[in-house]
Amino acid sequence: MENESRKVVFLTAQEVKTTKLYPKEKEEETLLVNEEIEEEEEIIPVEDEAPLDKTLKLMSPTRMVVRRFFRSKLSVIGLVMVIGLFLFSFVGPYIYHAIVPGLDGDGWQQDEKDESGKWEQTTSEYTYTLNGKEYTVYQTLEKYEKDNVLAKPSKLHPLGTDKSGYDVLSRLMYGGRVSLIVSFLAVFIITALGIIAGGIAGYFGGFIDNVIMRICDILMCLPGIPILLIVGVLLNGWISKGLFFISGETRIYFLMIFISCISWPGTARLVRGQILSLREQEYMVAAEAMGYSTFRKIFKHLIPNVMPQLIVQMTLGLGSMIIYESTLSYLGFGVKAPNTAWGTILNLFEEANGFEIAMANPLIWVPAGLCIVIAVLGFNFVGDGLRDALDPKSRR
Amino acid sequence: MFKYILKRIGLSILILVAVSLIIYFLVRLMPVDFVAANAGMNSEPETLDKIREQLGIGDNSFKGIIKGYFDWLGNLFEFEDGFITLGRSFKLNNQPVSRVILQGLPVSFVVALIATVFEFLIAIPLGITAATHQYSFRDYFITVLVMIGISLPSFFFANIFKAAFGTGGIMESILEKIFQEGSGAYEFFSSFLVFPVSGTTDASQSTTGIMDVFSNLRYYILPIFTITILSLGGRMRMTRTNMLEVLNSDYIRTARAKGLKESKVIYKHAFRNTLIPLVTTLAGLIPALFSGAIITEKIFGLDGIGTTALNLTNNGDIPFIMGYNMFLATLSVIGILMSDIMYAIVDPRVKLK
Repeated sequence: MENESRKVVFLTAQEVKTTKLYPKEKEEETLLVNEEIEEEEEIIPVEDEAPLDKTLKLMSPTRMVVRRFFRSKLSVIGLVMVIGLFLFSFVGPYIYHAIVPGLDGDGWQQDEKDESGKWEQTTSEYTYTLNGKEYTVYQTLEKYEKDNVLAKPSKLHPLGTDKSGYDVLSRLMYGGRVSLIVSFLAVFIITALGIIAGGIAGYFGGFIDNVIMRICDILMCLPGIPILLIVGVLLNGWISKGLFFISGETRIYFLMIFISCISWPGTARLVRGQILSLREQEYMVAAEAMGYSTFRKIFKHLIPNVMPQLIVQMTLGLGSMIIYESTLSYLGFGVKAPNTAWGTILNLFEEANGFEIAMANPLIWVPAGLCIVIAVLGFNFVGDGLRDALDPKSRR
Repeated sequence: MFKYILKRIGLSILILVAVSLIIYFLVRLMPVDFVAANAGMNSEPETLDKIREQLGIGDNSFKGIIKGYFDWLGNLFEFEDGFITLGRSFKLNNQPVSRVILQGLPVSFVVALIATVFEFLIAIPLGITAATHQYSFRDYFITVLVMIGISLPSFFFANIFKAAFGTGGIMESILEKIFQEGSGAYEFFSSFLVFPVSGTTDASQSTTGIMDVFSNLRYYILPIFTITILSLGGRMRMTRTNMLEVLNSDYIRTARAKGLKESKVIYKHAFRNTLIPLVTTLAGLIPALFSGAIITEKIFGLDGIGTTALNLTNNGDIPFIMGYNMFLATLSVIGILMSDIMYAIVDPRVKLK
């Protein structure tokens, strides 16, 4: 028994920081780990301690979180949905182009109309009575259109074409790229601004805290959608005047940056509240005693302890940003044709005769709507799962 | 407490001034302003500039915008027929903005109110059931269902509703296939399966009073259901979380230990305490009740305040945009203040300082 060795799992710096279990004790350990130990696991011979039961496993907090996350079915479903949509929009087009070569051999691009033309025949029937005899007249109208618009699903177009002759499935894939990129961009800006503002407010307190919190109050009172309408109209005006580098394709990015700039107060409040309680803890006294700079104390010692809550909020935020983005696109402030996004596809309803076209061709808009729902639902499931998994009080 | 409220009101006024400044600057930055948007094809630039001058939006320098802001502020508290005007709309023939808002308000308010009542009636029992059967099939089923509700974008769901139950939708065509159009059965089924979606603006009647709103209730059923289903999830999850928290507390264990009936434990001991957060959110509902749902109203063609706002914002009607947005901002300031006060009233442990 003398040579029994115990397996000790060392916590790496990263792992300690992403969990909030024991902030004050672990921070000192982190310093040690940071400087001396690089490996994750190390065998240390145990001489004078009683051997631990072999069935006892030591788990790092991260592993615990991961395990708890994957134990919940909903989180896994959410993760699959999100990953699936990412693959669909970023890898999907390559596979799709390989399978359906289209007319020119390189597949349907998002800005490529099907210009094969379309003959449309409509036969109408008229009946009239003349001298007691009934006559029926058939009239056949043939209409030719340059673009193959509103085509029914076929081998060439698995989901048909829309009313401009674009391939629906291809645009669904490319549209996902815009929607996903834009919402990630917005969430990262919101989180960055929230961390900076909340961190500074919580750490310094007093006058600075007051100023930042009042700015938060002001931004929280801005009415959401109406303000976005104003900014949308504003950007449209700038585009038509050729101002700046805003164009129909980049408009939605600017809009989302604007949204990010007015929606960081939630994150800032979360960070501030956490830091207010964390900064009173002993490990912060230790950090003070070590003579660390303020920057280091805020961003290396305090913020990492807020990370779990931040990650949850970011994941849930992704869902709401997708809704924001698609709503704006739906209202016609999104990317302009020939580019597209999921919300832009549903913009069909806002056009003349849009409702009738949509009723006759549900395949154009239903998939785009479902994609939005799946994306938001996926992010919400993952966020909820993370929240439960990261909750130190949770026993499951 | 009184002092606290006074202090908060003072602070709220400062916040509102800041909000109005932000919005005013944004509106004035619009390159295509109201005059340009409504100008005829052949109007001369000089004439347009003159009109701009008259409306007080001619000078687009920083100083000019500041001056315009104070002009707007001065016009805000003008009175007409003993009623505050909040400025005068450009687009709607100098009508007072307050009257324009009031015209759309009844429709928006009735829809939002009924939707909120439904939301509470459905969400609270669902939340309680989910909490008392935590981690059971029922809990997961309800959770997933309301999560889908949260994840539905309003425009998608509203349009699906419209396509399914609206006039010219799927339901109508199904009914037409089964029954003869105009027959008794057709009328009967279509009375609760097919709803008008093209709005309340009948040529024969004007919808300004609250009584007219009720006579048009059929038009509101789809919007009400849309809003209810979309907002159900948040309320249900809130109830569930609160209920779970209460159910884990000591006094519930005591109640069970002394042999109380489970229904009594849940509805008398536990549920009453979850009412605290529910009641405080009631005040937070104030903005939602009056602000109008822009997208739902637009899709179902309701002439509520949301539709008006959408049209006039696209037109660059500065006094209306300012009036409407400040109306919303004021409501949300009041909502936040009221829920803080409610919190102190409902929960004696909370003291306002």
